[in-house]
Amino acid sequence: MEIKGKIWKFGNDVDTDVIIPARYLNTSDPGELAGHCMEDADPLFAKKVRPGDIIVAGKNFGCGSSREHAPIAIKAAGVSCVIARTFARIFYRNAFNIGLPILESAEAAGKIQEGDEVAVDLEGGIITNITRNETYRATRVPPFMQQIIAAGGLINYVAERMKKRGDT
Amino acid sequence: MGMTITEKILAAHAGRDRVEPGELINVKIDLALGNDITAPVAIREFEKIGVDRVFDRERVVLVPDHFVPNKDIKSAEQSKILKEFARKHGLTHYYEVGRMGIEHCLLPEQGLVGPGDLIIGADSHTCTYGGLGAFSTGVGSTDLAAAMALGETWLKVPESIKFVYYGEMPDWVSGKDLILYTIGRIGVDGALYMAMEFTGPAVEGMSMDGRLTMANMAVEAGAKNGIVAPDGVTRRYVEGRAKRPYVFYASDPDARFAREYHFDVSKMEPAVALPHLPENVRPVSEVLNITIDQAVIGSCTNGRMDDLREAARLLKGRRVNGNVRLIIIPGTQEIYRQAMREGLFEIFLDSGAAISTPTCGPCLGGHMGILAEGERCIATTNRNFVGRMGHPGSEVYLAGPAVAAASAVMGRIAHPREVE
Ligand code: SF4
Repeated sequence: MEIKGKIWKFGNDVDTDVIIPARYLNTSDPGELAGHCMEDADPLFAKKVRPGDIIVAGKNFGCGSSREHAPIAIKAAGVSCVIARTFARIFYRNAFNIGLPILESAEAAGKIQEGDEVAVDLEGGIITNITRNETYRATRVPPFMQQIIAAGGLINYVAERMKKRGDT
Repeated sequence: MGMTITEKILAAHAGRDRVEPGELINVKIDLALGNDITAPVAIREFEKIGVDRVFDRERVVLVPDHFVPNKDIKSAEQSKILKEFARKHGLTHYYEVGRMGIEHCLLPEQGLVGPGDLIIGADSHTCTYGGLGAFSTGVGSTDLAAAMALGETWLKVPESIKFVYYGEMPDWVSGKDLILYTIGRIGVDGALYMAMEFTGPAVEGMSMDGRLTMANMAVEAGAKNGIVAPDGVTRRYVEGRAKRPYVFYASDPDARFAREYHFDVSKMEPAVALPHLPENVRPVSEVLNITIDQAVIGSCTNGRMDDLREAARLLKGRRVNGNVRLIIIPGTQEIYRQAMREGLFEIFLDSGAAISTPTCGPCLGGHMGILAEGERCIATTNRNFVGRMGHPGSEVYLAGPAVAAASAVMGRIAHPREVE
């Protein structure tokens, strides 16, 4: 999968209430959630973001609640990938489970600037900054999580396992 | 090399003698939990798996608590998804308005979680049950869907950090102040992916309510779980309450900890976390001049009997300041009834406070006390992120029930001894 887009940059500890405020959690419709993505950090984000764009942030991205609505909103807003220095753990799991590509890279998080044009090779974990002509390495994804991605998300992975167990 | 309590519980549920930090393991779960925000997504995903039943209808618990009693049509539709799923699958533990409570107050109280359990819940504060000596952690909706089908989940074995609290607890300092102080020291990612084990004489001397409060906010330091080794206090709490057999585990003397902290509680003051991160913690005496518009006493952090009693101790015979709305939310129907029996409602009503039916309500900016632009609230909740309780231009200050009650009386952030 080819990932390439313009960068939207955010700071440290971006919490799930910023990604999708709880006042919109009376729905789980991805399209509706996307319309409010990052609203409390940048009210115009959902309007400005273009399909394929990439979010870059500092440490502990996605901290706070367990709401899967957060990665769902980001994905449905058209964001192709999130790169951060570190991710909060529930957000990390959720992103894999719903198929939102995420990469951990302190170097990329530090050097990439808002508006840069960046390409990402997910399998290789290579991030290329086209604007600045630099490349950065991301932390390797554990093999088990790669299996989940290969199966097309956790639900497909579980469905396959249940079939093998003869439960369905 | 010995094991920590967290490692022992994980090993037992993985069917192994031992596990090592960093390992990815498959574990059997004792219980899976969802609420009115996370369960609708989980149910949608569950239905995609293609199984026709949950792994165990007594071990999937659904609690509509965030927006209930339903605040609008959309949230009513969400709750309805839970009700219909519970009925279709014959779930024994579905809690309707009038019989419910905030999930993390309700499950321990009802004996649905106990020492040695492994619990996952699609709610980040599922870590609360660590107060009972269980391993419990929050996951997302898709993880919940998978667990509802399989009765298993995958976890990475966390490293553990040991916190030792010693010294005598000063008056008006509670479990909330200890955990706020701790988060202030290590930061909101200070325990990222790790287990926080709370130990020491001050924790041993603490009631179950206080321990649940401490474990509840482990996630605010980024932790996977918080845990307190079960003891006599735990035994008294679970006896006659636990619905399933339980096991007491404890860390071995030579267990491995990534870090250790020793905190002298006798030097602590009631704590306040300033906007907009739970790590912005100050002793209350440093922030006394901040006026407030609202005070909230409740939530899965501080909506239990100890908390209401502590608030009542300060509110008795006093009036809430004319510029302040004080909203008190007992965590469960049982707590509501008990508070009424003990005469606390009389005290609250006399002081000019509003008492709500159990709900998460304002804690997440859902309903029952939303803030306008520029308004400030002192709350016994657990998060003070931008817009958490309403308008993005409002502010939430986190504190324990004593500071919240004292502040409601004074109209500004106050030390409890100022009104005592
Ligand atoms: S009381 Fe607040 S923190 Fe606790 S479960 Fe409800 S919304 Fe979440």
